[in-house]
Amino acid sequence: MKKAVCLYMHVHQPFRVRPYSVFEAGKDSNYWYDFSYDSRANNQRIINKVAEKSYRPTNAVLQQLLETYPEFHFSLSITGTLIDQLQMWAPDVIESFQKLVATGRVEILAETYYHSLAFFYSKQEFERQVKQHGIKIRELFGVTPQVLRNTELSYNNDLAYWADQSGYKGIITEGWDDVLGWRSPNFMYRPAYTQKIRLLLKNYKLSDDIAFRFSDRNWAEWPLTADKYAHWLNALPDDEQLINLFMDYETFGEHQWEDHGIFDFLRHFPGEFLKDGNSFLTLSQAIDKFEPVDTMDIPHTITWADTERDLTAWLGNAMQQQAIQCIYKLEHDVLATGDQSLIEDWRRLQTSDHFYYMCTKWFNDGDVHAYFSPYSSPYDAYIYFFNALRDLKLRLLDQQRGRK
Amino acid sequence: MLGWELPPLNSGGLGVACYHLCRHLSEVGVNIDFVMPYKMPDGHNVNFMNIHSVNPTTISSEYFLGAYSGWSNELHKQQQAYKNTVEHLVKNNQYDVIHAHDWLTLQAGVHAKRLTGLPLVAHVHSTEFDRCANTSGNPFVHEIEYNCLLMADRIIAVSNATKNILIERYGLPADKIEVAYSAVDPAIFWQQNDFQNSYEYLRRMQTHGFKVVVSLGRLTIQKGLYFLLKAAQQAVSLQPKLLFLIVGDGELRDELIRLSAELGISENVIFTGFLRGKQWRDAYQIADMFVMSSVSEPYGLTALEAASADTAVLLSKQSGVSEVLHSTLQFDFWDTTKLADYIINVAEQPALKNSLAHNSKQEVNNLSWSNVARQISELYFNIVRQPA
Repeated sequence: MKKAVCLYMHVHQPFRVRPYSVFEAGKDSNYWYDFSYDSRANNQRIINKVAEKSYRPTNAVLQQLLETYPEFHFSLSITGTLIDQLQMWAPDVIESFQKLVATGRVEILAETYYHSLAFFYSKQEFERQVKQHGIKIRELFGVTPQVLRNTELSYNNDLAYWADQSGYKGIITEGWDDVLGWRSPNFMYRPAYTQKIRLLLKNYKLSDDIAFRFSDRNWAEWPLTADKYAHWLNALPDDEQLINLFMDYETFGEHQWEDHGIFDFLRHFPGEFLKDGNSFLTLSQAIDKFEPVDTMDIPHTITWADTERDLTAWLGNAMQQQAIQCIYKLEHDVLATGDQSLIEDWRRLQTSDHFYYMCTKWFNDGDVHAYFSPYSSPYDAYIYFFNALRDLKLRLLDQQRGRK
Repeated sequence: MLGWELPPLNSGGLGVACYHLCRHLSEVGVNIDFVMPYKMPDGHNVNFMNIHSVNPTTISSEYFLGAYSGWSNELHKQQQAYKNTVEHLVKNNQYDVIHAHDWLTLQAGVHAKRLTGLPLVAHVHSTEFDRCANTSGNPFVHEIEYNCLLMADRIIAVSNATKNILIERYGLPADKIEVAYSAVDPAIFWQQNDFQNSYEYLRRMQTHGFKVVVSLGRLTIQKGLYFLLKAAQQAVSLQPKLLFLIVGDGELRDELIRLSAELGISENVIFTGFLRGKQWRDAYQIADMFVMSSVSEPYGLTALEAASADTAVLLSKQSGVSEVLHSTLQFDFWDTTKLADYIINVAEQPALKNSLAHNSKQEVNNLSWSNVARQISELYFNIVRQPA
């Protein structure tokens, strides 16, 4: 039987809070723009680096693949916080994404503009952010997202219910063993308590072979070549036809480096896989093609992160919980000001990455956390975040007094 | 004079006390050779005595192993080198008295006394019992303290509380110990030539009715910050408009940050890290009240500095400075409910706050470094005239 791969890549960068001291609070409300070039929290420098190492070369390879293979399709999600930064510092990258989408063979997913965990704290704010993201995507790419991904592939029945009611045709999450049980992620599913929506589950083993293990010389399968990988996909049981490869876009060139051969792999894998009469589909195409085989009932929230596949990387300790609660507590008052720059700063502070940097789980996943953090410790991350939040709250208090 | 610290190479009050003591001793005619583990950084303002440094290079203050940094091999090596330098000095120069401060320099002091027969004055700013908050502490450090204090001709304790520890826990004879209360140099708060406080955020929050509680000191078990945070939680539950500014750094930093989150008061607690100069001075001045929650504080210079900056002071009874600062609210360090009660009352009652500030300032003004210097120089003369 022929197989179909749904390749979906997540493109995101947060607005990192610069090392912001309490001595600046009340004087300078710039939390995002770090003018010291060697700071690890200099967002402009990070965008330039990632654009150079990942976005430009990867988009060039993807463009080439689309031109070479008419059967090649894939899906992307691009956050609002990244789009804003690319528009400021690397507008050519936006153009290269527009070119990909213009082929009609690249689908863009819906999500929150600010890569936030708003769904779990304020459904109204979540809806506003998804809407804001949709407007931005339509404006830049001329398409309307049909499939929803929530931040970090976080998912539960409530989210599926919301997405179904809101008219999305599909939603995606992690194909985690605890929810699958004996079942395989390589089928289409129907979320419990929904009417029409479909659920696609990440095949984490095959996805992580590329995203996490590709360059690992201690891995028994190293080096991973395109034909070996295509062979693995073809060797799956006959009835398992849908293979969901979901990963961070920055896998290509940033997490896995060019000199380890990741671009060669990307260049050759589609050809190897298509040789046997297989296909690549966007998520929407897969939903049209495959009928659901079963219902998935997932009352507890799962995500695609860490060995626990839950929200503990973001909300596992008291510092993280305090930080996120203090942010959402301000929702009503911040929105009531109507002050666009205040609202924007408040929303940027909702980005899940801020809470991730405060994570203190330093075991298996600690190395991953340390790699991505621009700060010297989770405690510093917490201090900078709260200093920015203090200043934001002071602005809010000043505004409230002004109106009285 | 064997001291380990002088600003800016200092980790706490010891360096500050040595600086002022020596300056005033030199004014009453004492010639001082002061031994430091490192060369002082350029631009220091010590011109009233000779500084001899063990290591000919200087070091950034953030890598300086201060007198409170705890036992380590590196510190032990520095201590040995320090002893060698002192040996070299006493062999080649004529001195009348050796004056050593706290455990890091006491061994060198005893060594010099053995070589020369000169009288040794041991100045105790803190004991291992204080630093370890009355837990067992480091037996090596205890041993050094015990042996060297036994060998000393005279002992100066910074408070009666410290004197009592020396008598009760080290078994030292009371008549060998004299108490000299450190003072505060009022000039530190005159140096400000710009009037904008570094804490613009706190100033503006005060205009919104918030009150600022300041604590300043090393983040170690001795300072009892755990109890201050517990009290903060109780106080905030009744009076949310409180901001706690925690100035200082130390091995408990991460734990205290986590604790403030666990107590649910992240928004009310601000950690600044270690500060010097204007930012350090301004902390006293922006404060509506200053809290010293030490589990065991031989003296507590910061409380004097706060009072000198016209700030109301809340003080644990387990501190030596409570012997001289009476117009303060005093609590047992473990009594977090009492402390919370005091914090709320000072925050909400300007009359209470102002009278505490006014009266404690009077008390600070009664203390002076020149009195301390006179007292200690007399002690020098007595000891030289009639050797023990």
